[in-house]
Amino acid sequence: MKLIEKSQYTVLKGNYAVAYGVKLARVEVISAYPITPQTTISEKLADMTATGELKARFITVESEHSAISAVIASSLAGARSFTATASQGLALMHEMLHWATGARAPVVMVNVNRALAPSWNIWTEQTDSLAQRDTGWLQIYNESNQEVLDTTILAFKIAERVYLPTMVVLDAFILSHTSEPVEIYPQELVDEFLPPYEHPNAINFDDPRAIGAFARPDYYMEFRYNIQKAHEEALRVFKEETELFAEMFGRKYDTVEEFMLDDADYVLVLAGSTATTAKYAVAQLRERGEKVGVMRIKLFRPFPVEDVRRVLSGRKKVAVIDRNLSFGHSGIFYMETKAAMYGAKDRPPIFGYVAGLGGRDIRPQDIIDIYEDMKRREEPENIIWKGVRV
Amino acid sequence: MSWAWVEVKPNENDLMHPGHLACQGCGATIAARLALKVFGKNAVFVIPASCWSVIDGAWPQHALQIPVFHTAFETAAIAATGIRAALDMKGRHDVHVVAWAGDGGTFDIGLQALSGAAERNENIIYITYDNEAYMNTGIQRSSSTPLGAWTTTTPDERPEDRPKKNMMEILAAHRVPYAATASIAYPDDFIRKLKKATQIKGFRFIHVFSPCPPGWKMASNLSVRVARMAVETKVFPLYEIEDGEVYTITHWPRGLPVEEYFKLQGRFKPVLKDPERLAYVQRYIETQWERLVRLHEASHGYLPEEARATIRSAI
Repeated sequence: MKLIEKSQYTVLKGNYAVAYGVKLARVEVISAYPITPQTTISEKLADMTATGELKARFITVESEHSAISAVIASSLAGARSFTATASQGLALMHEMLHWATGARAPVVMVNVNRALAPSWNIWTEQTDSLAQRDTGWLQIYNESNQEVLDTTILAFKIAERVYLPTMVVLDAFILSHTSEPVEIYPQELVDEFLPPYEHPNAINFDDPRAIGAFARPDYYMEFRYNIQKAHEEALRVFKEETELFAEMFGRKYDTVEEFMLDDADYVLVLAGSTATTAKYAVAQLRERGEKVGVMRIKLFRPFPVEDVRRVLSGRKKVAVIDRNLSFGHSGIFYMETKAAMYGAKDRPPIFGYVAGLGGRDIRPQDIIDIYEDMKRREEPENIIWKGVRV
Repeated sequence: MSWAWVEVKPNENDLMHPGHLACQGCGATIAARLALKVFGKNAVFVIPASCWSVIDGAWPQHALQIPVFHTAFETAAIAATGIRAALDMKGRHDVHVVAWAGDGGTFDIGLQALSGAAERNENIIYITYDNEAYMNTGIQRSSSTPLGAWTTTTPDERPEDRPKKNMMEILAAHRVPYAATASIAYPDDFIRKLKKATQIKGFRFIHVFSPCPPGWKMASNLSVRVARMAVETKVFPLYEIEDGEVYTITHWPRGLPVEEYFKLQGRFKPVLKDPERLAYVQRYIETQWERLVRLHEASHGYLPEEARATIRSAI
């Protein structure tokens, strides 16, 4: 009997899928602060550590700022470390997100995408995580609860190969609090995939170094160069590890997912669970003979420029659907996609749609409307609002 | 004018080597050197933004012969907590995790994380070296700046008009196992408290008074003398609090008038010129001292003979 055949099949909410991923990754230090819709991750991990099901220290801190600070420190003291947050909590962590990257702490954090206040809003939107774009974290977006569990395990593997912090992102409620069938792999198989954590520059009493010491202009720039090189390496590592993961666990992920794209003239680009809705809508459009497909962005940082160009070059038109907004410019996946396509051969016109902010539903008919709107339009626009009352 | 180059060789037994970047007469540097004599090699210093972010040296050099973990301004207590958690998971129960923070990082921006770690009774030693202002950024007031003091944000025309925040009382309110004040002018007292701290489990707090010659407008050879005068004038009493309940004054001061301390420093020039203000400061010091003496008496049931002389009003 192969190890994989010992998997357990169960039904899990997205947040519990995270917790099982963390457990399978044998995390040693966890620190988190309650915030909706992340809280049930912390609760499940608190249970697991209290019963001994997971041998880890759970630090119940007084803020998200402390949660991230604790795990950066524990990571650099040699323990595999994890935190989770959302929205305001992520915004509060901002300073330390830069710190994690600069200190080369390969912590893994789950962010449950939630809209920022005011107005208070607990529902899904991607602006919280995308606003952390320039902190140097790897960012990986997810579409299903199985993918959430798988990506949590993958995130540790990738982070610990390139010594960069990694954010695993899932949608508030649509994934975090919705039950789906999930396969939980046997521990031995995950152990084979993910070796114990080691950091070459962790605190060492026999080789006492200063970690994070100040660097003058004659050294600082090289540290930054190395971080950029690590991001470039992370793109290769992501490919290698997702291949290995597919061999061992039978599920294949890539930087971008291609759905019904072989002969597609039109492409809808998006990230997160809305991709499921878009696939459903595209399947209906296909029945009507429309040549349309979906490109789902999974890896946002490092941005998979080559894959995006390969998929989008030569198409007739592209619509990017953003559940997020950079005020004063456009949706963020839109601007990133456009920037990646600049200079690409056979570049199609790219249309930017903003929809579903603050958890407003994006339904299959909305996707169909967007598709038809894009087909009708001649000139691309940066922001085409979908479903806003004005 | 001629220069003489002198090669300074580190003392093998000293865990703080020459070549650090502190100013002459820096109290925080004396404090660290004394502390390392107690902790030895099996300690890690967690240093938030503060003078000590610079003192230890610029990458790739550092003066301390123990691991140093630099962290953001408000995170000393929680970074130490994270390191403790990791070392515990790795079975390294033999090492001390020491947060080493200035007064700004302790009294102000770091207070929230400090409170969290103290309340959870994290097994760390937190030492604040107190130079009574933001010295690394060029002498701005902190909530540790004492009544009457000049800083660049409390200029001579409007000197500090609020008393120093009482951190010891805040820690006592958390019922931590051990909190103590100490001074670089009383190394025997400081070392005894450090040793005591290493023998206790849980959250331990030491508040060490560390003069800053440039920030206090005084000559760099006066650091120890000024620190001694702060104690002998009852401005900075030496005491400890166990479990937030038992108060013990560890040195009975001579009870000199506060002018004796103030006149050694330029930062108190405005208050020295204002007799009414000076009298107010002296009254404040007496009230605080009497309060502390009563807490000592309540904890031990009696007062030693030398205590009487330090009290102006009969108790």
